[in-house]
Amino acid sequence: MHNFIFGIFPYIAITVMIMGSIARYERDPFTWKTKSSQLLRKRQFILGSVLFHVGVLFILAGHMVGLLTPIALFDALGISHGAKQLLAVIAGGVAGTLALVGGLLLLHRRLFDPRIRAHSTLADTGIMVLLMLQLLLGLGSIFVSLQHLDGHEMTKLMSWAQGIVYLQAGAADHITDVHWIFKTHISLGLLIFLLFPFTRLVHMVSAPVRYLWRPGYQIVRSRRGARAPVPGVEPLKGDRA
Amino acid sequence: MSHLLDRLNFFKTLRKDTFADGHGQTTIENRDWEDTYRSRWRHDKIVRSTHGVNCTGSCSWKIYVKSGIVTWETQQTDYPRTRAGMPNHEPRGCARGASYSWYLYSANRVKTPLIRGRLLKLWREKRRTLAPVAAWAAIQSDPAARASYTRIRGKGGFVRATWEEATEITAAANAYTAKTYGPDRVFGFSPIPAMSMVSYAAGSRYLSLLGGTCMSFYDWYCDLPPASPQTWGEQTDVPESADWYNAGYLILWGSNVPQTRTPDAHFYTEARYRGAKSAVVSPDYAEATKFGDIWLNVKQGTDAALGLAMGHVILREFHLDRQVDYFEDYCRRYTDMPMLVLLEEQDGRLIPGRQLRAADLGGLGQANKPEWKTVGFDDSGKIVVPNGSIGFRWGDAGQWNLEQKADGTEVSLKTTLILDTDHDDIASVDFPWFGGLATNGFENDPRGQVLARNVPIKRLTLADGRDVQVATVFDLLCANYGLDRGLGGKNVARDYDADEPFTPAWAERITGVRRDKIIQVAREFAANAEKTKGRSMIIIGAAMNHWFHMDMNYRSVINMLIFCGCIGQSGGGWAHYVGQEKLRPQTGWAPLAFATDWARPPRHMNSTSAWYAHTDQWRYETVSAREILSPTAPKGDWEQLSLIDYNIRAERMGWLPSAPQLRTNPLELGRKARAEGIEAKDYVARELKAGRLEMSCQDPDAPENWPRNLFVWRSNLLGSSGKGHEYFLKHLLGTDHGVLGRDLGQEGRQKPVEARWHDQAPEGKLDLLVTIDFRMSTTAVYADIVLPTASWYEKDDLNTSDMHPFIHPLQAAVDPAYESRTDWEIFKSIAKKFSEVAPEVLGVETDIVQLPLQHDTAMEVTQPHVADWKRGECDLIPGQTAPAYIAVERDYPNLYARFTSLGPLLDKLGNGGKGIGWNTETEVHHLKALNGVHRDGAAKGLAKIDTAIDAAEVILMLAPETNGEVAVKAWNALTKATGREHAHLALPKEDEKIRFRDIAAQPRKIISSPTWSGIESEEVCYNAGWTNVHELIPWRTLSGRQQLYQDHEWMRAFGETFVTWRPPVDLKTISPAAGKLKAGEKHVILNFITPHQKWGIHSTYSDNLLMLTLNRGGPVVWVSEVDARKAGILDNDWIEVFNSNGVLTARAVVSQRVKEGMTMMYHAQEKIVNTPGSQITGLRGGIHNSVTRTVLKPTHMIGGYAQLSYGFNYYGTVGANRDEFVIIRKMNKVEWLDQPATQEAAE
Repeated sequence: MHNFIFGIFPYIAITVMIMGSIARYERDPFTWKTKSSQLLRKRQFILGSVLFHVGVLFILAGHMVGLLTPIALFDALGISHGAKQLLAVIAGGVAGTLALVGGLLLLHRRLFDPRIRAHSTLADTGIMVLLMLQLLLGLGSIFVSLQHLDGHEMTKLMSWAQGIVYLQAGAADHITDVHWIFKTHISLGLLIFLLFPFTRLVHMVSAPVRYLWRPGYQIVRSRRGARAPVPGVEPLKGDRA
Repeated sequence: MSHLLDRLNFFKTLRKDTFADGHGQTTIENRDWEDTYRSRWRHDKIVRSTHGVNCTGSCSWKIYVKSGIVTWETQQTDYPRTRAGMPNHEPRGCARGASYSWYLYSANRVKTPLIRGRLLKLWREKRRTLAPVAAWAAIQSDPAARASYTRIRGKGGFVRATWEEATEITAAANAYTAKTYGPDRVFGFSPIPAMSMVSYAAGSRYLSLLGGTCMSFYDWYCDLPPASPQTWGEQTDVPESADWYNAGYLILWGSNVPQTRTPDAHFYTEARYRGAKSAVVSPDYAEATKFGDIWLNVKQGTDAALGLAMGHVILREFHLDRQVDYFEDYCRRYTDMPMLVLLEEQDGRLIPGRQLRAADLGGLGQANKPEWKTVGFDDSGKIVVPNGSIGFRWGDAGQWNLEQKADGTEVSLKTTLILDTDHDDIASVDFPWFGGLATNGFENDPRGQVLARNVPIKRLTLADGRDVQVATVFDLLCANYGLDRGLGGKNVARDYDADEPFTPAWAERITGVRRDKIIQVAREFAANAEKTKGRSMIIIGAAMNHWFHMDMNYRSVINMLIFCGCIGQSGGGWAHYVGQEKLRPQTGWAPLAFATDWARPPRHMNSTSAWYAHTDQWRYETVSAREILSPTAPKGDWEQLSLIDYNIRAERMGWLPSAPQLRTNPLELGRKARAEGIEAKDYVARELKAGRLEMSCQDPDAPENWPRNLFVWRSNLLGSSGKGHEYFLKHLLGTDHGVLGRDLGQEGRQKPVEARWHDQAPEGKLDLLVTIDFRMSTTAVYADIVLPTASWYEKDDLNTSDMHPFIHPLQAAVDPAYESRTDWEIFKSIAKKFSEVAPEVLGVETDIVQLPLQHDTAMEVTQPHVADWKRGECDLIPGQTAPAYIAVERDYPNLYARFTSLGPLLDKLGNGGKGIGWNTETEVHHLKALNGVHRDGAAKGLAKIDTAIDAAEVILMLAPETNGEVAVKAWNALTKATGREHAHLALPKEDEKIRFRDIAAQPRKIISSPTWSGIESEEVCYNAGWTNVHELIPWRTLSGRQQLYQDHEWMRAFGETFVTWRPPVDLKTISPAAGKLKAGEKHVILNFITPHQKWGIHSTYSDNLLMLTLNRGGPVVWVSEVDARKAGILDNDWIEVFNSNGVLTARAVVSQRVKEGMTMMYHAQEKIVNTPGSQITGLRGGIHNSVTRTVLKPTHMIGGYAQLSYGFNYYGTVGANRDEFVIIRKMNKVEWLDQPATQEAAE
C-alpha cells in the first residue's frame, strides 16, 4: 500500500494532471478559466483572493525549491539542513497562514453566500475544501518539524520527491518512517494533482504573464492562409506576403 | 490543429510587424478559435417574425435558425415602397428588438407548467377521492387550505407539473366558479390584440364562450386619451409615421421619438432635412429635444396652460384680429363652433349649459330624434338643423353627412354673433376657475371661483315657452380663452403681457416657459398651417395623458390643431402614439376573439373601474368630489358622493360595464326567467326594481362579488401596468404588501354612500391566478399556476401598428421550446379540458349578460338627460335608462367544439363594426373551403378553426382591411347612413384577398375601410380624420363635428365643458408616510413621473440582461442634481422611494437631464432583477407602481350620450398616475433578502 501511494500513485496523478489538462485544453477551451465569483459579490473577495493567492504562490515556489533542489547543492552552498528547515518552517508558516486566512474567507463566502453557493459546482466547493485541508496539514506539519530541528526528516522528503522526478525505483522507501502528517499531506497533494484538470485550478497555467512584456497596445491578427497577390496591387502591409 | 501545439511557439516570433511607432503589432497566431464565433452566426434558414410587445414599431424581422435553434435576428428590408418623393419605411427595428432572441434560451424562460407546491399537494390529495370540480370545491370551502397557498403568493414554492394537471385544475376552477358564483367571476386580462391577434383571441374566445369577463387595457394603461372620444367620438386614430414627412411644422409634445419610436424616428429626421421646423415640449432634456429647433422646457403637468396660451395667440392673430379664410371655412364646416349653446341661469348668473337642440325649438321639422340634433344660425339669420349631428345617424337614412345642408338646402353657418346686427345683447357669462387649487409647488393663481366674461348673445323663446339666451360655441370659446373682443368686461386681455388667463404672460408664470417662445411657436405653427392648408402636426406620447386632468392637456393641444384646420389633412393633425392600439383588421378579428360567431354580446369590462373596486383602492381614496367639482355645477348631491359612488351610479344607469354584473349568479337568473317564461330583460328589471336583485358594483367587498379566477396572458399586469401595485398584493392576492396608508374607516373620513362599507376589508379575493408567459415575470411570480407559452419566434400570429399601414406575421421559426405551447394551443387545451370537466356541474345553460349603452349603436342616443332609476328619477328600462340584459345560450359540454369552429351567427347575422353591418355569407363559404369543415360532433358542417393559422385566416377573410370584397361591402353599408358614395376608396382593390402566406412572403399594405378615418392610397399617407374632411363622413359625436364643447351634465358639473387650466390634484400621500423618516433625516419630496425607457418595453422587457448591461443593471430612478444635493444622494446610490401607497428601491441616476422638483422612474422596471429589500417594509423593492394608486374621474364614466358612450377600450375611466408625489432618501443599509424561499412556501 505504501509503495502504491508514494511510489505509483504519484505517476498516475501527474499523468492524469498533464494528459487531462491537455485534453481539456484541446476539447473544451472555453471552460479554461478562473470562473471568478467577483461579479456575484464583492464582499470578502479582494482581501480573500489576494491573501490566498499570494500565500499559495509563495508556498508553491517554496515547495518547488525546497523539494526539488538537489541536496548536494545546499551542502555545496553551506546551508545546513537545520537552517534550511528553519527557513522553510518560518517562510512556509507565514505564507501558509496568509493563504489559510484568505482561503477561509473565500470558502466562507462560497458556502454561505446564497448567490455564490447557487453558482458553485461540487468541483468549485470541493477543491476549495481540499486546499484548506491541505493547508491545515501543511501548517500542522510545522509542529512536527519543530521537534526535529536537524532537518533530517526534511531530507527524506526531498529524497522522495527527487526520486520520483528522477524515476528512481523505490523512491517510496525514503519516507516509510516519516510522520503520518507528512504522509497525509503528500497523499492529499497528489490527489489535488489528480483532480487538477477537472477543476478551475487549470487557470494557474494560463496566467497572462506575457502581457507584461507585450509591446503593442493594438494587436492585429494577420489573415489566415496565404492570399495570391493580385497583379498590380501592392499587398496590404499587414497581409502575409 | 491543436490548440496546445499552437501555443507552443516559444521559438517562433508571433510578431509579424509593428506599426504606430511600436504601439501596435501584427501577429500571425492561430485564429481557429474565431470559428466558434463564426459558427455562432451561421444559419440554416430565415423566417419572418416580429416582437409582440405593444411596440408601435411593429417591425418585421428576419429570424435566423440553425439546427433548430434561433441564433439571432436582423431587420427585414422588404416593406412595400412608399410612393415617389417619400422616404421608405426601413430600416425598422431597434437594439431592444435585436436582443430578443436572448429570451428563448435564457434562465428566465418558463420551461414547464408550474404550480404552487401547496396547491398541487392539496389538489392531489382531494383528487384521489373526488371528481375535479368537487376537488376544487373542497379546497375552496376550507379557508385554511385556501389561505395556505394564497398568502404565500410571490414567495416562491413552485413545482413542476404536467399540462394534464395544470389544465385540469384551471378548468375545474372555472367550472366551479361559473356554477357557484357565475361565469362573469372568471376574469381575463390581456392587452393590445394588435401585437399578436390570434394569441389574444385564444384567451378571449375561451372566456367569451364561457361567459367570462374580458378586461380592457388601453384605458387602464392610461394610454387611451379620453379627449379623443370626447372630441371625435373616436378611440384614437392617428397619422402613420411616414406622414410626418409631409408636415411643415412639427411639435413634439411629451413624446420622445428617437427613444420610444426608434424605428420611425428617421421620418422625423427626414422631415427636417426636407425643411420642416420642429419645436419640442418636454420638461426634461429628453433625447428628442436635441432634434428641436426650439425647446420649451415646460414644468411637468402644466401642458394645458401652455396649450391654452398658444391657442390664445392663434385665436387672436388668425381668427380675430385677422381672419384666415381657410381656418374660418374649416371651423365652420368641421367643428361645432357654429352650434348654439343655451346659457343657463343659476343663482342669478349665466353659465354655459346644454347645446341647443332642435327639440328645444319644437323640432324644427325634425320628426326623428330632434333632441339629438344640434342647431345653428344660417347666414340668413335663420336657425337651422344642419346635417350630420348624431340624431341623423340613427333613424334618418342618408342625411348623416357633413354637406353644408339643412333640410336639403345649402346653408352657411355663422360661427360668431359678434356683429351688432347679429346679437341681441352682450351678457356676462361665468367660467369656472381652478387655478387657485394648485398645491405641491405648482403655481397657485387665486382669482376666485369663477371668471365672468362678456359674450354676444341672442334671445330666443323655446318651445316650452321659456325665454333664453344663447351664444355660439365659438363666441364662448373666445371668452373662455380670455380674448378681449371689445365687448368690455373683465378677465380678458388684448395684450399678451397682461397677467390674465390665458395669455402667454400668464402661462409663463404657470409653466416656466418664456412668453416670447410661446408666442413664437404658436405663430409659426399657425402661419405654417395657413400657408400649407393644415400641414402642422403635433406628436404626443402618453406622458401628458397620465395626469388626472389629462383631458385638459389634450384638449388644449387638439384645439390648436382644430383652430388651424390641421385635423384630417395630410401632414397635419394629432399624432398621439402610445402603444400598438391599432388593430387594423379589427372587425374581422372581433368575431374570432369574442366568439360573436356563437353568442352575442360578450362580456367586456373597463379595467380601471374594475381594479379600482376589486383591489380596494377606493377604500383609500384621498380625493373627494368636492376638490374637483366646478363652482358652476348644476344643483345636485355631487359633494356627498365619493368617486366610487359616481362609478356605481354610472354602472346603474348603463353608462359603464360591470364585472361581476349581478350579485346573483346569472345562470341561476337565466333558469328562473326561463321557468317563469318571461324575457330575461323583463325578469331582471322586475327583480332590480323590487330590490330582490342587486348589482355587484354596490358591494365590491362581498365574497359573492369578488373576481375568483384571473387569467393573465401576453401581459405583466402585476409588474407593469398595475397602478396601485401594493393594493393588488394586499386585497386581490392576499399576500405580503407594502401599503403604508390607512383606509377611510381607519382614518375616520367620509365613506361612500352608494358602495357598501365593510369594516374589515377582504384580503385574497382571487381563488386562482393563472399566468401565461414565456418568462418568469412579476405576474408569473405571484401566480398560482404558470403556463409556459411560445415566444414570439415560436408561434404563428398577426401584427399591425398605427405607425405603418402594413400587416405582417409572427411565425414559428422553431417549435415552442421546452414544454411550452402557443397561446392558441394553451387555451385550446384548457377548453378541451373544460368540456371534459364541466358536465360534472354544468350543461346547456342560459346566461343573462348585462350590456352597457354602447357607442356606435342606437343606444348612444338614449339619455339626453341624466336620470337614475334607483332614485326614482325615471323608470328602469333595460337598454335605455339602465344596462341592457340579454339571454345567451352557453353549451358548456361543447365549449371545445365551439372554440374550434366558426359558429353559425356570422351566416345568420353578418358582421360589422362602428355602427355599420354587412352580410358575410360569402366569406364564411370561403373559409369552409380554405380551413375545411368539421365532419361530425356539435360543430358538424362548420368551418374549422383548428390551428393558429386557421384562426389568422378567419381574421384576414372577414376584415375589410384584408379582403377587398368586404371593404366594398363595408363602404356601401356606410353609404346607407351618409347618403354619399364611398366605395371608390376600395373598388380598385375589390379582388384582393390577403392570406397568411402572403404576409409571410412580404408585409402587405391594408385596404381602406370605414372602420378607420384615414385611407390607403397612392396620393396621401394614412392620416386620421381624412375621410371626415374629404368624404364628409361625420365624426361620431353629438354635433357630428369635432366637438369642442362638452355639454353633458357631468361635464358641466366637473367644469370641463371647455378646456381650461386645472392644476394637478393633491393626492395627499406624503404626510401619512413621512413618519418613516428619522428625525432630521435628509430627503426630498418629488413629483413621480414614469416615462418609457430606453432599455426596455419597446420592444423588450426590463429583465433582458443584454439591455440591463447597457444601463445600471437594475431599477433606476432619475433625480436632478439640485434635488440629489438636497437629499445627500450621489449618482448610483441606492435610494428608497415611498409614500403612503408603498415603497420601491432603486439606484439613483443623478442627471442634469431632469428638471428640479420631479423624478423619473422608467416604466415597468420589475423587481425580479437586482432589486434590494426596502428598509421600511422588509420586502423586496417594489415596482414603479408601488407608489401609485389610481383615481377615477367622473367625467370618464358618462355614457348613453353620443360620443360619451362606452366602448371597450374606447371610452371609460382611465388609470391616471402622474399627480403622485414621493419621498426619496438614501438607503443606509442595502439588504438583498437572499435567503431561500421560506421553508413553508417551499413545502
